[in-house]
Amino acid sequence: MVIIGSGEAGGCAAVAIRDAGWTGPVTVIGEERHLPYERPPLSKAAITGDDPPEPKLSVEARRFGECDITHTSGSRVSHIDRDSKQVHIEDGGVIAYEKLLLATGAQARPLAVEGGEYALTLRSQEDVWALRRFFQKGRHIIIIGGGLIGLELAASANRLGARVTVIESQDRLLARGVPEEIAGRMLETHQQQGNRFRLAASVEKVTRTSVWLKTGERIDGDVVVAAVGAQPDIALASAAELPVSNGVLTDAALRTADPDIFACGDCAATVHPLFSPSPRRLESWQVARDQGSLAGRNMVLSPQDQEAVPWFWSDQFDWQLQVAGFPDLGETVVKRQLDEETALHFFLSGDGTLVGAAAFGPMRLLAKDLRISQRLIAGQVKPDLSQLAAADRRLKTLLAA
Amino acid sequence: MTNEWTDACAIDDIDEEDVIAFEHDGHEYALYRTEDDRFFATDGLCTHEQVSLADGLVMGTIIECPKHNGRFDITTGQTKGGPVCEHLKTYETQVRDGRLFIRTG
Repeated sequence: MVIIGSGEAGGCAAVAIRDAGWTGPVTVIGEERHLPYERPPLSKAAITGDDPPEPKLSVEARRFGECDITHTSGSRVSHIDRDSKQVHIEDGGVIAYEKLLLATGAQARPLAVEGGEYALTLRSQEDVWALRRFFQKGRHIIIIGGGLIGLELAASANRLGARVTVIESQDRLLARGVPEEIAGRMLETHQQQGNRFRLAASVEKVTRTSVWLKTGERIDGDVVVAAVGAQPDIALASAAELPVSNGVLTDAALRTADPDIFACGDCAATVHPLFSPSPRRLESWQVARDQGSLAGRNMVLSPQDQEAVPWFWSDQFDWQLQVAGFPDLGETVVKRQLDEETALHFFLSGDGTLVGAAAFGPMRLLAKDLRISQRLIAGQVKPDLSQLAAADRRLKTLLAA
Repeated sequence: MTNEWTDACAIDDIDEEDVIAFEHDGHEYALYRTEDDRFFATDGLCTHEQVSLADGLVMGTIIECPKHNGRFDITTGQTKGGPVCEHLKTYETQVRDGRLFIRTG
């Protein structure tokens, strides 16, 4: 069993292969020099912490020894030979596989404007070291991109006493994946903390310390960070003539068009039986974990379809965003007011099925209800709208219904 | 450090199949009530990133950390999946006259 990619998904898959009873060799091939480590802190605690950050190994990585999993670090795959079922490494090594998993992840999307190569990006532990040199009190940090990573970095820079300007090409933040009203609340929160925003602003060119907008205006700072999304690492799959779109395409059991090759996590566009027949690629730590575990299991045992309801969170200042399911599939929105300022939004499809839930506010207010919502979505319930909205009734009672 | 029974709360302070936080001597505990009215106590912070478990969801005898889905069996403190690997410490409980006592220390 061979896994290409040693991120969150690859680590979960390796351990799941063992847990499924496979006793033969398991090899994880990673380009990074670390064992699988937790990436969520990289935009938050690893930036704001006093101490230089050490990678925090995932719980699965810490089991590699006891599970007899071979991990090769600093190792790049040059190509996959599907006919002979072999993976070729750039240093000349060849590894044969019975089943292969593509867990190659994604890279920070480069800024496609003049001087874009000067902008720093965030994806790895090493990127954090570069950012920490600039994220300091009194500095002016210019962040291009008002998505989750851009906003988390903006909150971290603010915490450190830096001045922050976020430049977003669309006229709202978080257009991909976060409902507009919630994104609006997040914008207000950042503005109240002193962060500045330039929405609907197109970037003409950048230097190490300045950004020119298409309007001719120049914004000067101390560093420019590009947080304009991630692009899946699909080059190996493409070269091996596996179908790819925005990600390596798989069925609901995470199988690619080749029955011996699976794909999961950030690099994969997968079918989810609960939501939509067309494949979707998700960038989420929890999805990477869930899919990694399922892919590992499916490589050994009779394949099962994915069932886990996608979920992600984002920490910004003292608040948390949590999103479960697919709010964008909703046609009706019902709000449950958790306190004066915080509402949990439910999203229901045309036939009244709960398909998504999202909230931004203090974690203690929203965490339990979001977790229950995730279960309700998994159960494809068609809840009574007034019950969803009634904040004085425990949401949990709907689970029993 | 004490090693005695501490009066933690009234049992009705905890909803069925739920959890609350309790602080004593600078230490946070999580107190649980199951659907069939059994009571358990564990350390209050998740062993992954020290998040208060009292904000998490109890399903049956499993508590899920509100932040990253770390799961523990509240009756034994054993991990049950998610990003956690360290078990939770548990404490004995006792109900007397409608009050919940836990053995701290």
